[in-house]
Amino acid sequence: MILRRDDSLLVQGITGKQASFWSEKMRACGTNIVAGTSPGKGGTQAAGVPVYESAVLAAKAHRISCSVLFTPPGATKAAVLDALAAGIRKLVVLAEHVPVHDSMEFIAAAHDVGAQLVGPNTAGVVTPGECAVGIMPGFAENIFAPGPVGVISRSGSLGTLICLDIVRAGFGQSAFIGIGGDPVLGTTTVEALRIFERDDATRAVVIVGELGGAMEEEAADYAAATQLTKRKPLLAFIAGRTAPHGRRMGHAGAIVTGSRGSGESKVRALREAGAHVLDSPAGLGPVLRNVLS
Amino acid sequence: MNVPEHVGKALLREGGIVTPEGRVVRDALRAADAARALGGNVVVKAQISAGKRGKSGGIAFASTPEEAGARAAALLGTRIGEHRVEEVLVEAAVAIDRELYAAILNDGSSRSPLVLFSREGGVDIEELNASAPEKIVREAVDIRRGLSEEKAREITGDAKVADVLVRMYDRFIALDCELLEINPLALDDSGAPIALDCKMTIDDSARRRQAALFERLEAAVGPYGTALEQRARAAGLYFIELDGEVGILANGAGLTMTTLDAVNMQGGRPANFLEIGGEAYTKATTALEIVLANPHVKSVLVNFCGAFARTDVMAEGVVAAYEALRPSVPFFFSIHGTGEEQAIALVRQRLGIEPYPLMDDAVSAAVQAAKALVGVSA
Repeated sequence: MILRRDDSLLVQGITGKQASFWSEKMRACGTNIVAGTSPGKGGTQAAGVPVYESAVLAAKAHRISCSVLFTPPGATKAAVLDALAAGIRKLVVLAEHVPVHDSMEFIAAAHDVGAQLVGPNTAGVVTPGECAVGIMPGFAENIFAPGPVGVISRSGSLGTLICLDIVRAGFGQSAFIGIGGDPVLGTTTVEALRIFERDDATRAVVIVGELGGAMEEEAADYAAATQLTKRKPLLAFIAGRTAPHGRRMGHAGAIVTGSRGSGESKVRALREAGAHVLDSPAGLGPVLRNVLS
Repeated sequence: MNVPEHVGKALLREGGIVTPEGRVVRDALRAADAARALGGNVVVKAQISAGKRGKSGGIAFASTPEEAGARAAALLGTRIGEHRVEEVLVEAAVAIDRELYAAILNDGSSRSPLVLFSREGGVDIEELNASAPEKIVREAVDIRRGLSEEKAREITGDAKVADVLVRMYDRFIALDCELLEINPLALDDSGAPIALDCKMTIDDSARRRQAALFERLEAAVGPYGTALEQRARAAGLYFIELDGEVGILANGAGLTMTTLDAVNMQGGRPANFLEIGGEAYTKATTALEIVLANPHVKSVLVNFCGAFARTDVMAEGVVAAYEALRPSVPFFFSIHGTGEEQAIALVRQRLGIEPYPLMDDAVSAAVQAAKALVGVSA
């Protein structure tokens, strides 16, 4: 999802230490925070907004378009279902270590009602000059600036480094979508790619991937099948190319993903689809200058 | 976490799935005793979590207790792949009529549990997948509805096997599995299914709600990894010891892998993988102590890119450890993102070290310094 300055945000789990710190940072990026939730603390104030027992109660008093969840992993499924029941259709799920079976359940519930969900284990989404939702340094001008490059990243830390290199090269981002580091995600690489394909402000897309899973290969398949790179240049950086191959238990993983999953498999698939795959994040500048001039 | 075969089979039995009777032993004498108790005709299986165990000689058959003892003696203490065989499972041999394949795994593409089933199971299942993929049924299950008896019958075409598949699915959910694979799922001469093997992996993120299961697994597996790896695990840090000279401290899995790649690509050799992402970013002091405890480290590369992880908090931890330990090896820093101004000022003032504006330059300097020091000591 790409959020805009007119989105109004609910912060679930707002009274926690990290949520207080990041609420202030999100607001500094222009994000319109309207309310928060915290079980047992309804009726109080936090980060300058009223706190409710649940998202359903918050939505009765405020117009809310999006929710960010600062919930602990064990409480995340219930909080997502609460937000969906409140009619909120854009969710950013930050928690790391959510049991995968919980994620499957709440992602299915979100998709059933047509909601967009980013995460879990995401660092969030940033639209420079408009808003930032999550735990990315959207406020840092050397890292985020308005511009034509869409960024899709599984990792917050590496995504930050890539965004830094984009700004250092004299460009900026149309949006940053942190899709998250978990094996099962609400928004996959190819789904984020299609969002940027439709976004007029995005003139080039950078995929920041890492070894494991087959999301980058699936995005490459889509780009190849639709000849995407003829319309929007595609760049990619893949982490873990020199990592030793992980040992896999049993045969099921091999039956499902075949030879996919390694860093080199991703690099090959993306190159065959016409993407510029970089050996170092620092190589972004020259390629961007080339494809955007 | 990977579940040893004998524990996995116990977990299957607790879910009503039949497995051969067996015992885990650590020496030849007890293997012979176990074989005697099981009727003499047995299978001796190395307890290692490697794939293709059968093809690499990790499974042996014996028809007398003496032979079982000899087979166990031949397996115990040997290496299969990178695993040392410490235990063998002695199981009653089963007369089988047919070998099936059944598995359930978390699938990122369908975002669902995915059932795999084939009437042609056994050691060549991957070859079957390559030559005749249509012979493996793939069925994504809506986790909110579960696997129905009817669907299981449609997949397996057999009521008794369908019952096992439903029980497997119930175990898969109840135990928060990432993978549950039975290969072969054998049919004995009466057509009754029996699980001859069990590969099971539990979702580490479910540790909290599966506390009793993890306790049981850890008791069965015992301590693993190097002494430093065990120390890191106890401190809640994910650390892998490697055989190079450049010590690495970075935050987040993606950035840490990128840092290792950069060291490798610039001709250096990483001494470790150590990630202090997520909530662990506050443990930078302990993390650096572990990096420096490795005697092969000749230079240390600190690469922070703060998003959630605040670089000022991490730098504070690194500076504290540095001042306490007074390391003799040179340090190289690259710091960007949340809190970078305070972090860079801290490193500059307290350690007198100037962080590099470009990551690649910090990597290059750390690699060169390690190479120079290796040259001196060699």
